[in-house]
Amino acid sequence: MKLSNTNTQRYLLRIADAALILSQRNSEWCGHGPILEEDLAQANMALDLLGQARALLTHAGAADGLDEDQLAMLRLEHQFLNPVLFELPHAVDGRRPGDFAFTVVRNFLTAAWFNLLWTKLQGSSDTELAAIAEKSLKEARYHLQHSADWCVRLGDGTADSQARMQAALERAWPYLGELFEGDEVDAAAEAQKLGPSWASLQAEWRALVEPVLAQATLKLPKDRPNAHRGRHGAHSEHLGHLLSDLQYLQRAYPGGTW
Amino acid sequence: MNLVQSRRDAAWAVLQTVLDPEVPALSLVELGIVRELREDADGGFTVVLTPTYSGCPATELIEADVRSALQAFQPLRIEQRRSPAWTTDWISEAAREKLRQYGIAPPSGTAAVTQPLRLHEAIPCPRCGSAKSERLSAFGSTACKALYRCTACREPFEYFKPL
Repeated sequence: MKLSNTNTQRYLLRIADAALILSQRNSEWCGHGPILEEDLAQANMALDLLGQARALLTHAGAADGLDEDQLAMLRLEHQFLNPVLFELPHAVDGRRPGDFAFTVVRNFLTAAWFNLLWTKLQGSSDTELAAIAEKSLKEARYHLQHSADWCVRLGDGTADSQARMQAALERAWPYLGELFEGDEVDAAAEAQKLGPSWASLQAEWRALVEPVLAQATLKLPKDRPNAHRGRHGAHSEHLGHLLSDLQYLQRAYPGGTW
Repeated sequence: MNLVQSRRDAAWAVLQTVLDPEVPALSLVELGIVRELREDADGGFTVVLTPTYSGCPATELIEADVRSALQAFQPLRIEQRRSPAWTTDWISEAAREKLRQYGIAPPSGTAAVTQPLRLHEAIPCPRCGSAKSERLSAFGSTACKALYRCTACREPFEYFKPL
């Protein structure tokens, strides 16, 4: 699939793919949630993310005459531009359904990020993107509250749940730098008032997550320079496996509908 | 007195009978999902709809329901409009009472994003009216609802979350 790969398209695809890939990951809990209420919650939140991704993909593909399905189902691994954090499996060993502590930690850290991003994108010079942001922010607020509740409940919980939450936080932390790194795509977006440079979100993000992590009795891991390049199409070994699930039907039966 | 109903009024009357597939106590008009009904120059109609949640699986079904209800009003066009984003603030007081009668507690307070979410507060029971209830699940059968239980009459009930 040939994409025009303009800065604007890449800026949109990075956000669309973050939502799409996290949606696919979190839907792995459907039917396997640790309790029924969480099964419902993860499935519902994954559906919100999928809806947000669909709107963004439709918008990002319009310039190339591509629709949401073509972008989601037919792009190759290196054409996905989500940060690596979003594609990591729930469990370190990749076993399903996975480590719920990591699910909670990643949902919390990324929901805070999405909240700030959508808030800023409401003022985008691109009216369609602003409309998508206005709608998505309402949903992301519920995701943030829900995941923050669980962070505190499990972090400030038993010795076992606390240790698992701390380990999950240590595992997620080295991938966070990619969510706050500015580059030429961000600079162009900021110059055109399309959206904020991701780098500009970091201070507010820390102010949002640190009090919750403190309440959850979790220690902040040490910051490291970012070593991940998912936003440039260089992914971990996990994305290919995820896509083989997501894209299976269209690969096996091209154009199939039901 | 004008006894001849305009075609637009007739179409509007039909639209008011189309119920939401997931909350069949209310019509699409009462929920604020129908944003506009326009009579076009060619004699046809355009219905402007707005999605409730980004991922609402009923969005396509709602379009199909509107299309089939307004079969007599061709050519019919349906537009989706995302902004202003749908909010539960558009549900009128009368419609909230209908929700309560149906057994769903209506949204409490305003949904403005500048206000903190109020998910933990006790929601009045739509059955016995008691103000004492507890949350069982942040999400219910659909993303727009949470599940509560009344601590007075012990009945579980759904709560339509402010959005």
